[in-house]
Amino acid sequence: MLRRAARDIRAGMTVNLGIGLPTQVLQYVPAGLAVCLHSENGIAGVGPVLDRVHADRNLIDAGGAYVSALPGTAYFDSAVSFAIVRSGRLDLTLLGAFEVAANGDLANWIIPGHLTPGAGGAIELAQKARKVAVITTHTDKHGRPKIVAHCTLPLTAPGCVQRIFTDMAVCDVTPDGLRLSELAEGVTVAQVIAATGAPLIVPQAPLPRF
Amino acid sequence: MPLPDKTCGIAEAIARILDGARIMLGGFGVPGTPFCLIRELVRQGQKGLTIIKNDANETGMGVDWLLENGQVARLITSHIGLNPRAMQMMNDGKISVEFVPQGILAERIRCAGAGMLGFVSDIGIGTLMAEGKPTVRVGDRSGILETALGADFALVHAARADTFGNLRYAASARNFNPLIAMAARHTIAEAETMLPPGGIAPDDVHTPGPFVDQVVLLPELPEVYGVVER
Repeated sequence: MLRRAARDIRAGMTVNLGIGLPTQVLQYVPAGLAVCLHSENGIAGVGPVLDRVHADRNLIDAGGAYVSALPGTAYFDSAVSFAIVRSGRLDLTLLGAFEVAANGDLANWIIPGHLTPGAGGAIELAQKARKVAVITTHTDKHGRPKIVAHCTLPLTAPGCVQRIFTDMAVCDVTPDGLRLSELAEGVTVAQVIAATGAPLIVPQAPLPRF
Repeated sequence: MPLPDKTCGIAEAIARILDGARIMLGGFGVPGTPFCLIRELVRQGQKGLTIIKNDANETGMGVDWLLENGQVARLITSHIGLNPRAMQMMNDGKISVEFVPQGILAERIRCAGAGMLGFVSDIGIGTLMAEGKPTVRVGDRSGILETALGADFALVHAARADTFGNLRYAASARNFNPLIAMAARHTIAEAETMLPPGGIAPDDVHTPGPFVDQVVLLPELPEVYGVVER
């Protein structure tokens, strides 16, 4: 799933990766690919993660990892950082999800009364990046679908998600509904349908594998 | 004509803060958090505070000291997910938490610092974040009115200051610091290095001195500012 999501990061893009699974996608992005990584805390051109010995105490990404600068890196304040986001300068953001609905609604910031981390920058990323993709396990730790017909949790943004990467499939939000676009190796269409909480459009032609 | 000297001792600077104050804190995680000023606020023990900060730090750091010491009544923030105590106190009703989308928090603070009353944005439309906010039409688009967010005090961490209060930040320790420095009625900056006027070249100043009321030179930097063991 990480490797497949990494293929959607293309040369020339400005990209923001959310905390957790989205950031792990980086290990599958070719080192030579010309991409500008943005971090909400005020970095354009985030460089590789450093170990503790080489870390700069003043240089973390939004997930708290000690990162490095590249030739051309820029630092700025939080207002400028979100000016980059809201004005549409991000080509792609990859985000995590508690729930994602067939119509592209995303919920990933609060489970009221239980897990209340807050949204951080996710609302603006979800609403304003030119392309929004979610990367998540297909089901939660209890085996329940994370892809649902309608979100029950408070939304991060309505109708924002265009593509969903999971350990079982790649799904795309279309005007006609959620389409199954690719399958993971060893996974059947029937298994994906069974693990998904929303109707899926399944194309006639054989699906690409990843 | 020499520029005024705003250097001050840490206890004297923090003693201006009274119970019930609204206080903005710089920092995104560890970088840029004014730990020494917060530590002094804990020592002096002012109560019923409203804290405005991007996040609630982590267990055993910064905002967590204030929470543990029962000094916080209200938190205005974007994210508290790394502080289990903050989430627990919120869910137990011991503190009230207002979540603001991170960039809207920054912009509301910037707006206060620029002497404006508010702005119109489309962020959060269709979510809880827009509830209770007036809607405004601008041309053919619909937005929500966001109000400026100011405070009584801003506590700022700078890498370098001069005695007039010109400030410069390091790398990702900049974050909310230059914004809050502009948005409070009284801004206190702690600095790792204190320079004479001219020690920061005019083109290199991030926060101009007129926004800063007092500057405190930090002694040797405590361990909490260092690289975190995870």
